[in-house]
Amino acid sequence: MSSEQRTDEPILRVVNLKKYFPVTRGIIFKKTIGTVQAVDDVSFDLYPGESLGLVGESGCGKTTTARTILRLDEPTSGEAYFQGRDIFKMSRSELRDLRSEITVIFQDPYASLNPRMTVGDIIAEPWSIHGGVPRKDRKNKTQELLEVVGLNPNNVSRYPHQFSGGQRQRIGIARAIAVDPKIIICDEPVSALDVSVQAQVVNLLEDIQKEFGVSYLFIAHDLAIVRHIVDRLEVMYLGKIVEEGDEFQVYDHTAHPYTQALLSAVPIPDPRAKNRGNRIMLEGDVPSPTNPPSGCRFRTRCWKAQDVCAGEIPVLEDRGQGHPVACYFPGVEFSASGAPPTTTA
Amino acid sequence: MSDDPSKESQEANDGTIGDESHLYADTVGEHLPVDVVTAAGDESTEKHQFRQTPGVAVGLDELPRNASLWGDAWRQLRRQPIFLISAVIIVVLIIISMFPGFFATHDPHQCNLIDSLLKPSSEHWFGTDLQGCDYYSRTIYGTRVSISIGIIVVFFVSIIAIVGGSVSGYYGGSVDSIIGRITDIWFVIPTILGGIVILSLVSTRGVGTVSLVLIVLGWATLLRLVRSSVLAVKANDYVDAARAMGASNTRIIVRHVLPNAIAPVIIVSAIYVGVIIAAEAALSFLGVGLQLPAISWGLMISNAQRRIITAPYLLVFPGAFLTLTVFSFILMGDALRDALDPKLR
Repeated sequence: MSSEQRTDEPILRVVNLKKYFPVTRGIIFKKTIGTVQAVDDVSFDLYPGESLGLVGESGCGKTTTARTILRLDEPTSGEAYFQGRDIFKMSRSELRDLRSEITVIFQDPYASLNPRMTVGDIIAEPWSIHGGVPRKDRKNKTQELLEVVGLNPNNVSRYPHQFSGGQRQRIGIARAIAVDPKIIICDEPVSALDVSVQAQVVNLLEDIQKEFGVSYLFIAHDLAIVRHIVDRLEVMYLGKIVEEGDEFQVYDHTAHPYTQALLSAVPIPDPRAKNRGNRIMLEGDVPSPTNPPSGCRFRTRCWKAQDVCAGEIPVLEDRGQGHPVACYFPGVEFSASGAPPTTTA
Repeated sequence: MSDDPSKESQEANDGTIGDESHLYADTVGEHLPVDVVTAAGDESTEKHQFRQTPGVAVGLDELPRNASLWGDAWRQLRRQPIFLISAVIIVVLIIISMFPGFFATHDPHQCNLIDSLLKPSSEHWFGTDLQGCDYYSRTIYGTRVSISIGIIVVFFVSIIAIVGGSVSGYYGGSVDSIIGRITDIWFVIPTILGGIVILSLVSTRGVGTVSLVLIVLGWATLLRLVRSSVLAVKANDYVDAARAMGASNTRIIVRHVLPNAIAPVIIVSAIYVGVIIAAEAALSFLGVGLQLPAISWGLMISNAQRRIITAPYLLVFPGAFLTLTVFSFILMGDALRDALDPKLR
């Protein structure tokens, strides 16, 4: 189910989104001395009921993309259409309504719940903002939600610090589904959790999707986790999308060298598999987003880079791999399963 | 802490770490559906736990009353002798200031020149002053002035600081710059020096005048504290979560920011009551505070100064009351700090 074949309308369409942060100096008289190009010309579609993964290493702009779509940060330019309406042109009241349609699950379950509020108040807060559930029914509804996310309904009057990380994340999930949203943006929802709890939370998210039919924009840096939940994937590097495709295309017909490097770093849980031999070690650090390299942003660390890579910025398009990739020399010499792609396909 | 249930379920989770990470990791490379396996483990871990221990779950329902930060703080404070001592002293002083007639042995304004400068005796516990007034009764009545000025000033200063500081810290930008610069300028005006300058221009000075001047001069310190506290709280994910939920700014400040930012303000306010009481005494001593026939410890100390050799008790009694009062408020502030600041626990 690659994007080209879909005939239904996307529920969220992000077009040429840019977010530049000014770098300023001075205390009273601030002077802009540069910009951080956190998100640069990012476009993608999210379809109803689908999970779209947004992956990339720290600092590549995944979270900024999400925050901008939610208007927690104002975009520099671009458009984002939710059911055809541009989020960036919405008035205050439209924006408030939007925020019952798109909700968020945050990365850090210790920081995302107000420590002074009871679990019941935390989960019920969306209703006191958007209405929808009469005051007298809120306690029952809260308890139902706690049950949905696998917590004891008697916990409504306890405080967040009395819960473990995984349990807190479940509270965050209950809050996110309280208003029956169409999209949930999951900003690295499991990366702060114990490995043992990660799988539980991912499974809970999958169950919720089955039950409520929400779309997920799933942000993560752990490709192994993402694989379980997403239908399609956008790989980001330094503010740009470098590869896009469904789970099979990206994991088994990896075309962009950066994605290949990322996938080669996914540990294989088999001690005898250590001689796989195709781990790609990237040289150097991520270049500064204040001053990104010309042309392809990955060229400074790419083993395939040639002169052409420093010229025009490679466009995200299908270059004969069956899915869009922003690279002049896409190749399939590596796949996630470690075996040659011809045999897996 | 009696929150064993969360600990127990944590242990239950820990027990499954090996199993689940294994199950999960296994599927990473091979891309098998894990739902069935981990979902079963997941649900049984937490739900089962609660079913098994109904006794604990009942205990839970009683827990919440004391489980908040204030509940924890109160439980710690009750056991702290410093807090208990200072609280008792402050409560007694407040009662004295409300009903001084009940504690006094004489009318403080009924003076007999024949009794001038008597030493402490069973008739006049603290002796008499130059005019022959009962010194004990005057000291008791002096409590009223000190406590009311301290409480009035800190009450209004706190309101100014909380409103100004949260607006400044939460909204930032130009509002913050304007409030910030004014505060910086105000902050450098020394309270006592400013008080002398302003109060020397006023010919009749009562509790109201002195309080007003101390409010006008004293708000800057506390406002800066509120602002920095709000800034620190604002950076938390739960504030973003509330914004992403569509909460209004007022709601975010009142429900999310202030409850988390208020603890240091309460601590400093308690100390500040002592500081203001001392400032009033200093101003009255310098002759620019309250005027006779008002009764104030500062005035009493001022008049006692000339007879420090012949009648030292005239200095000692009001001085001791003043010191004790200021000291109690400062100790109270320290005890609150220990209880409210989790980092010091």
